[in-house]
Amino acid sequence: MLFNYIKIAWKVLLRHPFYTFITLFGITLTLTVLMVLTSFIDHLLGSHYPEYKRDKSLYIMNLTIQDSARSSMNNSPLSYNFIKEHIQKLKTPEKVGFSTFVSFANSYLNGKKIKLNTKFCDANFWEVTDYEFLEGKPFNEQNIANGEHVVVITDAIKKQYFEDETASAVGKSIEIDNEKFRVIGVVKAAPVTRLMTFSDVFFPYNLPKSNYQTAGLQGNFTAIVLAKSKSDFKAIQEEFNASVNRIPLPIALYGQKYDVIEVRAQTYTDTVLHTFMSGGREIYFYIGIVFILLILMGLPAINLVNLNVSRIMERASEIGIRKAFGAPSSALAWQFIIENIFITMIGGSFALILTLIIISIFNDSGLILHADLSINFSVFGVSLLVCLVFGLLSGVVPALRMSKMKVIDALKSS
Amino acid sequence: MIKLSNIEKVYQTSNIETLALNNINIDIKKGEFVSIMGPSGCGKSTLLNIMGLLDEPSNGTIAIDNKPVEKFTDKDLAYLRNQKIGFIFQSFHLINDLSILDNVEIPLLYRTSTNKSRREAAKEALEKVGLSNRMKHFPNQLSGGQKQRVAIARAIVGNPEIILADEPTGNLDSAMGNEILNILLQLNAAGSTIVMVTHDENMAKKTHRLIRLFDGTQVS
Ligand SMILES: Nc1ncnc2c1ncn2[C@@H]1O[C@H](COP(=O)(O)OP(=O)(O)OP(=O)(O)O)[C@@H](O)[C@H]1O
Ligand SMILES: [Mg+2]
Repeated sequence: MLFNYIKIAWKVLLRHPFYTFITLFGITLTLTVLMVLTSFIDHLLGSHYPEYKRDKSLYIMNLTIQDSARSSMNNSPLSYNFIKEHIQKLKTPEKVGFSTFVSFANSYLNGKKIKLNTKFCDANFWEVTDYEFLEGKPFNEQNIANGEHVVVITDAIKKQYFEDETASAVGKSIEIDNEKFRVIGVVKAAPVTRLMTFSDVFFPYNLPKSNYQTAGLQGNFTAIVLAKSKSDFKAIQEEFNASVNRIPLPIALYGQKYDVIEVRAQTYTDTVLHTFMSGGREIYFYIGIVFILLILMGLPAINLVNLNVSRIMERASEIGIRKAFGAPSSALAWQFIIENIFITMIGGSFALILTLIIISIFNDSGLILHADLSINFSVFGVSLLVCLVFGLLSGVVPALRMSKMKVIDALKSS
Repeated sequence: MIKLSNIEKVYQTSNIETLALNNINIDIKKGEFVSIMGPSGCGKSTLLNIMGLLDEPSNGTIAIDNKPVEKFTDKDLAYLRNQKIGFIFQSFHLINDLSILDNVEIPLLYRTSTNKSRREAAKEALEKVGLSNRMKHFPNQLSGGQKQRVAIARAIVGNPEIILADEPTGNLDSAMGNEILNILLQLNAAGSTIVMVTHDENMAKKTHRLIRLFDGTQVS
């Protein structure tokens, strides 16, 4: 029977090339939008280079202090001292790495000014992340302890700086902000959207420029806490919170007293969502995100269901005929559901191809530096699920509608 | 076999009420060949649709094999339409997207049957109506008379006990019309119960019984 339904669907499609084209075009477009969107979200939030361990990591990005009346607030990344006292001393994590957010530095190449993204990080940063070293190696505790002027650069920067691309850049010197650094390693560049790890050049955190020895809790560092496994998240968070709770209050800063400290070790997704929000109101942000996603995904989805429903309702007379010759409503419902899934799957395959083309164009366009949008297993899975759900949904709705229709009314509606 | 009691059918459109059938009482016996005649618009198709369980009367009861159909579920009705009844529509009602052969196969699709047996049965039915050379065609490639014959083939393909034919010869020349009548007579001789709407007195004469309708009322 299944084969028969597919055969009928196939015949119907072939009989109306133009109509089929329009329908498939609509479905393909809709699913492409959904797939590109899914791919984009996955690009932003999924575990990708150089953060393959993202789903096993907690991120600590911000520390907020407030007075008891909550009228005055100060929000900033962490100080090196805070990391040393409250994060590196944690027992539960596997490893803790830290770095600054990206900042900028100028460099001159053949008289031309180049703006570089810079980052200061510790040796563990290279272990909690998965940067691929094409040449050389990361700086280690020893390099840091010695205060060496070393730098890790990306392959993209190497290309800009050194004429001979085939020769190793390791050991060569590079001048940034009027200071000379020795290249110790070359990594494959990461997309700019990896907020916590992206940079063009990476310095040891203790170079004078990083101002790492600022007093207080706040500074310009963020930390990545790698757990032994996801199930340790809770324990890590508890240990971390307990440590933070031991900080004596109130804190004096610029003549102001603060009694509340807010700092969280969160998954990457929560961290990102949190960053756009200040304490307590994130729920609105979630609602906003969900709302935007619903519109972005919902409109094409509704369009898809509509397209399929009208395609079926246009065949009311066929429904009437089949019923007149003994088709139970359930058989018709199955016929249309399978037909819909079939056509949605065809549209889905086209959409997959189209999506691959679009994201490869997007990746090459440089709109997002070093973008690596991809169709991985989960994106594909989500897309497939979306196809199935909408195929099903757009089959069930008309199936329910037509089961209520009297045979004679269906017949006469032609 | 089919018993209609006090059947009334009212069509309600915006503010006009049409009484299409009024107090109809008909009892069709097993093996009978009954014809229905009457002027255009007198309710013949409406009556046949009700007999074929395609439409519901506004009032009155229908019993098939002495079982009242009011209590039947959608599934039961589908089963009855599929196993017992073969309907020939006045306006053919073929599925334009399907080939002639696929159209004729439809009643068998909803029975347990193999692809092959369905094909065979459909071919056989098309042969009976003289259309075996048009199997791969599509409905809109056929003349009105040819479409009518496809509709007949589809109605007889499943060997139903009851054949309800709404002007099955209305679009055919007299030679073809007689051929179709002969097919129906043969099916009747083989045991089928047939109800046929016709405008042709000569054809009606060859059947067992004639019911005349006028303005929704049974006049004989
Ligand atoms: N769906 C409908 N809505 C409203 N009125 C209808 C509907 N179907 C039929 N009628 C009316 O019911 C009456 C009977 O129609 P029916 O089709 O049964 O006539 P008929 O005897 O088959 O005519 P013909 O010989 O022309 O086929 C007509 O007056 C018609 O206008
Ligand atoms: Mg009629």
